[in-house]
Amino acid sequence: MAVNKVTMDGNQAAAYVAYRTNEVIAIYPITPASPMGEHSDAWSAAGQPNIWGNVPTVIEMQSEGGAAGAVHGSLQSGAMTTTFTASQGLLLMLPNMYKIAGELTPTVFHIAARTVATHALSIFGDHSDVMAARMTGFAMLASNSVQEAMDFALISQAATLGSRVPFLHFFDGFRTSHELQKITPVPDDVIRKMIDDDLVFAHRQRALTSDNPLIRGTAQNPDVFFQAREAGNAFYEKCPMIVQEAMNQFAALTGRQYHLFEYVGHPQAEHLLILMGSGAETAEETIHHLVDAGEKVGAIKVRLFRPFSASALMSAIPKTVKGIAVLDRTKEPGSVGEPLYNDVLSAVHESNEKRNITLLGGRYGLSSKEFTPAMIKGIFAELEAAEPRRHFTVGIRDDVSQSSIDFENDFSIEPENQFRGLFYGLGSDGTVSANKNSIKIISANTENYTQGYFVYDSKKSGSVTISHLRFGPAPIQSSYLIQKANFVACHQWQLLERFDVLAQAERGATLLINTPYPEDEVWEYLPARLKLDIHKKDIKLYVVDAYSVAGKAGLGRRINTIMQTCFFKIAGILPFDEALSEIKESIRRSYGQKGDWLIERNYLALEAATEGLAAVTPPAEASIDELEASIANGRQDNGEIESILRQIIAGKGDDLPVSALPCDGTFPTATAQIEKRNIAREIPVWDQEICIQCGKCAMVCPHAVIRIKAFEEDYLEDAPPTFKSVQARGKDWPEETHYNIQVAPEDCTGCRLCVEVCPVKNKQKTALKALNMAPKDPLLDAEKENWEFFLSLPEYDRSRLKINSVKESQVLQPLFEFSGACAGCGETPYIKLATQLFGDRMIVANATGCSSIYGGNLPTTPWAKNKNGLGPAWSNSLFEDNAEFGLGFRVTIDKFEAQARQLVRMLMTDIGEHLGHELLIADQSDEAEIFSQRQRVAVLRDKLSAMSSPEAQQLSSLADYLVKKSVWIIGGDGWAYDIGFGGLDHVLASGRNVNVLVLDTEVYSNTGGQMSKATPLGATAKFAAGGKSSGKKDLAFQMLSYGNVYVARVAMGANDTQTVKAFLEAERYDGPSLIIAYSHCIAHGYGMEDGLRQQQAAVKSGHWPLFRYNPELANGEGKPFIMDSRGPQIPLEDYIYNEARYKMLTKIDPAKAKQLLEKAQDGVNRQWDIHQRMSHLLNEEK
Amino acid sequence: MDLSTTYMGLELRNPLVPSASPLSADVDVVKRLEDAGAAAIVMYSLFEEQIERDKQELDYFLTTYAESYSEALSYFPEPHEFRNLNAEAYLEQIVKLKEAVDIPVIASLNGVSPGGWIYFARQIEEAGADGLELNIYYIPTDPDLTADDVEQMYLGDLLQVKSTISIPVALKLSPYFTAFANMARKLDKAGVDALVLFNRFYQPDVDLATREVVPNLELSNSYEIRLPLRWMAILHDEIKASLAATSGVHTAQDVLKLIMAGADVAMLASALLKEGPGLIERILQNMQLWMEEHFFESVSEMKGSMSLLSVAEPAALLRANYIKTLGSVRKSGWE
Repeated sequence: MAVNKVTMDGNQAAAYVAYRTNEVIAIYPITPASPMGEHSDAWSAAGQPNIWGNVPTVIEMQSEGGAAGAVHGSLQSGAMTTTFTASQGLLLMLPNMYKIAGELTPTVFHIAARTVATHALSIFGDHSDVMAARMTGFAMLASNSVQEAMDFALISQAATLGSRVPFLHFFDGFRTSHELQKITPVPDDVIRKMIDDDLVFAHRQRALTSDNPLIRGTAQNPDVFFQAREAGNAFYEKCPMIVQEAMNQFAALTGRQYHLFEYVGHPQAEHLLILMGSGAETAEETIHHLVDAGEKVGAIKVRLFRPFSASALMSAIPKTVKGIAVLDRTKEPGSVGEPLYNDVLSAVHESNEKRNITLLGGRYGLSSKEFTPAMIKGIFAELEAAEPRRHFTVGIRDDVSQSSIDFENDFSIEPENQFRGLFYGLGSDGTVSANKNSIKIISANTENYTQGYFVYDSKKSGSVTISHLRFGPAPIQSSYLIQKANFVACHQWQLLERFDVLAQAERGATLLINTPYPEDEVWEYLPARLKLDIHKKDIKLYVVDAYSVAGKAGLGRRINTIMQTCFFKIAGILPFDEALSEIKESIRRSYGQKGDWLIERNYLALEAATEGLAAVTPPAEASIDELEASIANGRQDNGEIESILRQIIAGKGDDLPVSALPCDGTFPTATAQIEKRNIAREIPVWDQEICIQCGKCAMVCPHAVIRIKAFEEDYLEDAPPTFKSVQARGKDWPEETHYNIQVAPEDCTGCRLCVEVCPVKNKQKTALKALNMAPKDPLLDAEKENWEFFLSLPEYDRSRLKINSVKESQVLQPLFEFSGACAGCGETPYIKLATQLFGDRMIVANATGCSSIYGGNLPTTPWAKNKNGLGPAWSNSLFEDNAEFGLGFRVTIDKFEAQARQLVRMLMTDIGEHLGHELLIADQSDEAEIFSQRQRVAVLRDKLSAMSSPEAQQLSSLADYLVKKSVWIIGGDGWAYDIGFGGLDHVLASGRNVNVLVLDTEVYSNTGGQMSKATPLGATAKFAAGGKSSGKKDLAFQMLSYGNVYVARVAMGANDTQTVKAFLEAERYDGPSLIIAYSHCIAHGYGMEDGLRQQQAAVKSGHWPLFRYNPELANGEGKPFIMDSRGPQIPLEDYIYNEARYKMLTKIDPAKAKQLLEKAQDGVNRQWDIHQRMSHLLNEEK
Repeated sequence: MDLSTTYMGLELRNPLVPSASPLSADVDVVKRLEDAGAAAIVMYSLFEEQIERDKQELDYFLTTYAESYSEALSYFPEPHEFRNLNAEAYLEQIVKLKEAVDIPVIASLNGVSPGGWIYFARQIEEAGADGLELNIYYIPTDPDLTADDVEQMYLGDLLQVKSTISIPVALKLSPYFTAFANMARKLDKAGVDALVLFNRFYQPDVDLATREVVPNLELSNSYEIRLPLRWMAILHDEIKASLAATSGVHTAQDVLKLIMAGADVAMLASALLKEGPGLIERILQNMQLWMEEHFFESVSEMKGSMSLLSVAEPAALLRANYIKTLGSVRKSGWE
């Protein structure tokens, strides 16, 4: 039967089968597996049935541990059940997996294999997660490509039913999970034939039911446990055969034959690779090339890793083989070799054939490190060496333990008859979506095979995307980035400076640039390095002013279809007219439902794009020597770590040797300041004449680029000519104090929040405020100079500031600056505030999520330090354990403080009674007190340095703990409300002095908008596509019920003074504190410049009542429960329908939207009533 | 007592019609209006501009941050279908109202594009509306736009809709025309079935505390019937199309005055929003009491009895207020 090919990625391919062959799907979002759950949820919401005609139930759980528990329960009660996960998620499932396997329960877990966090978290692909699961008793089947992700999803599903052994079906995270390929889908009738209903019934027969009661999951004693554990052996023995039978049946139905161990290569190969995963595709492709060149080499692609069939492996190895390199995409520190190596070694050793084979074990591709034909050739060279290394690494330069093998980097097997295009763009310009669309057009309209892989950076604002597109007549097995591009497009002019866009271009390649300059002037503005490459590589250059075309067509800054049209025009992959009509058709499909206006404007843009496209002939007189000289002059070098970080920033991290990296994942802070990303087109300009110096602009700035300093007039003597300052307003400042608000022009993201919050209006023109946006370029040089001068000004004496006001707290130096968070982020201002208030004595435990990414994703960190070298120390442990992790900090600090105090008492005579006494009684309740204590500690250290007793040495190492430390536990709502809730609850109940800051965006932001228990009623989110029908969990009141927890609900945009007060009170309170901070987010669906206005609306509507509960006041004078906002003053709809997350439901299902709105409004009214009662009750109690 | 009237070709049991307001969004409220005596219902307006804007915003915010960051290739669920992107809920409301009540249901449409007028007019007719009121909510602020351009635009919109659908079409207008009587005649000749006079624009206000321009909608009061009253009287004998008076109708007296001036129906919104559907019943009772007291037996008998051609002092209707006021003062013996 002819089957139309389709284009999809590995996640969709696996989910395609998993969805059709299961009844229950329990998931939890985790990169890169999340899309499998999201596809399933979307199909379920659309009522798409499985092969039995029923619609699978998809349920989102609170953690992967929860998902595994739900899967286990669902399986035990007889449903066909699956889940999708990766990395730490899989680790959280392990306990249940042992149980599921021990109970011989058929199921398939589909895994987008991802690195397990060690010295650092990584979202990218390797096999460290699945290898951690090999003890569980799950069978493990590896897919190497998108096609196999679909095929093996089905084969594993069939085999698990046949064998009763549960399966991990895994494929490489990102490389396969996110790679677009043109594949042949498995038709439903094939799926139907592969799944034997009798086996499904048998599974259901084993279910727990009161109609046939039995027990499972018992406890067993030493007398029988061991025997019982061995009782299932036969199932594992039969399993490989059952898998092979399923593969054979699948081959009979589809023509695609697979084997447990797939041999490819020369029939009389002498040297062999054994590996699994996407790297095997590159290996196969390379081996074909080498065999064609006369080499006797081959590879075995391992399909079924568990149960490991030694006999099947041995029979797959050609008799002629002399040397084998077994490649593992994981690392098992301290072992003899990595898991696959050990298994192959055992199999060869145990086989009856006494063969003299040299066996090497190599590690490759950790965290999606590239694995290329050149590396494969290098491995074969190692196998042929006189004394090959028994264990090696490949793909890196290991100059520390000398494990790495060398390879010829420029060895390439990329075929001539293949299109290879690299597209540089910004996340926001739609380059990736246009490329995905182009792939679909080419897949559907040509016989070409297609591949798309997309590289994103880890910044959330101004993020760069690089698309790698391959098209050609032959199947594409290259599971590595393009090395020889014949087409390069740069959709953003400014990226030409930042990236060496022609580094991968082959001679004669085409370069398409979106330029703001006319075709006859553009050459003049190109970077010298690029001009040189254009000459040297004989590049064909095309330009288009896409922004101008888009603007004229009324598309604003949407340039994606314009660049796509130019690509089709130049690349000629299909006749241009055909391409144009296909682009139009896809525009119609994409926007059809959303309105004719977009279709018309895009059509206009398409026509204009081709007219605007121009070929540019480089001037012949350009001198290569001159160009080279100008490039050399531009180079500069800085300190060691900075130079390493700069290399990573420049996209050359792959070139760093092992010795350049710290051995334990430790990095200095205050490094974001070297990035200077220059992503804003406009920056705020201060009108000092009308500014009232309220400090609100600095307070809300998410990127700490609006700074305030107060200083003595004398410092102005050296000020640059355009540096602005005025007399500081207010009687609190000493006379002659000057005041400046300065923007960091190269770090600003142009989010406008500062302008929006500015309360001042120009008397003559109310549109103008004390801060106004203006184009950056004309201001840049002067403002850079001003910024440098600003940094040279001294910080104001902290102890003289009234930091409980917004105005003066904002003169404090932020120690969290220039993060890569989204422009206008609603979370970062809170973190920044905490660092201003307590940063010099702060230690932070950060839950995985947005804040751990913008806080700690290489190359740089926004966490900073002051001129004395003091600043927050930061770490991220996991997603689920953050509260406990932070509590650990507290326990240690308390322990060390107690030891230090004890030592002070012991050494009282030596250090002096007065000093000792002062050290012990210091209350450190304000900045002045803390400053004094620091000075005492300095004196103490001085004295201790002259003492040599063990106690003195002990005290010397602990003396800093005599200064109060501030422990902060920071994370999002996904952590606090869901996965980390149990720990958070325990930590807050512990009574320990920790400060918890929940950045509540009401949704999983980092993984792409999945519902959390903080998601409000009526909001749409992934897994709540029809609007969440239950209310938001009231974490504040839950924790308030302990009575000894300081609890505050804050929203900076609604009441900034209350926010400052809450932070100060929470920190001052000698017990657990919880601050729940409303954080506007791009996942809410509106412009972030309106974030503060929405915070106000949230509070005014009663959705987000502001309060503070201070247990210190519960038994004394004053009211412990302070309501900081009034009751609902505007209808809830006036708040929520400003946001797409709510409004889209009115477009999807207006009746339900109305019903949920009414329910939500009732909920808000009720919530206010409860707050009032609570206020009454708690304030009465005292 | 015969209160019946004919409006845009529809036979109505009396001249009280709730005009476009949020009241019609609730089927139960419309039932109560019918029970109270409303003769027809004009639905809340379908704003093409709002629909288009919503679509643009939705498209922008659902896609703008997508495909930017490796952990989150999108931030929102992809709905299987949007059931209300193109005002489907409005059309469903027409169907629901038609099922729920027996009185005529007149839809209200505010279009912005030629295609929009036609598309939505057709949809509204197919949904079963008995009539369509075109709510041309437009302020010509462009100095290059001439009075003739504006008039042609109104006529063009009307002709397009009239040629698209066969249900009667009313036009709700603002009073801001240089030659309103002439404009009314042109529209009449172009085939409009009724003129609804007049639209009340949101007039912006300035908030002195924030120094921001703020939208502001004050509910009407009875004083406001004076403007429609005059034009009912002027147009009653001039045009074939029906006349609906709207703005300021709060009492039976208001209704009686308007009918005498020439209105076929009087429309209410502010008063109903303030006092609820029961007001209609009270107005009808009071109207009947007045008619009984003054020996009127039917609305048709009363209609136009004080129009320009019927009134004793036509100049009082034609002159500007200034003259009339001085005259009144003189009569009252102040001079």
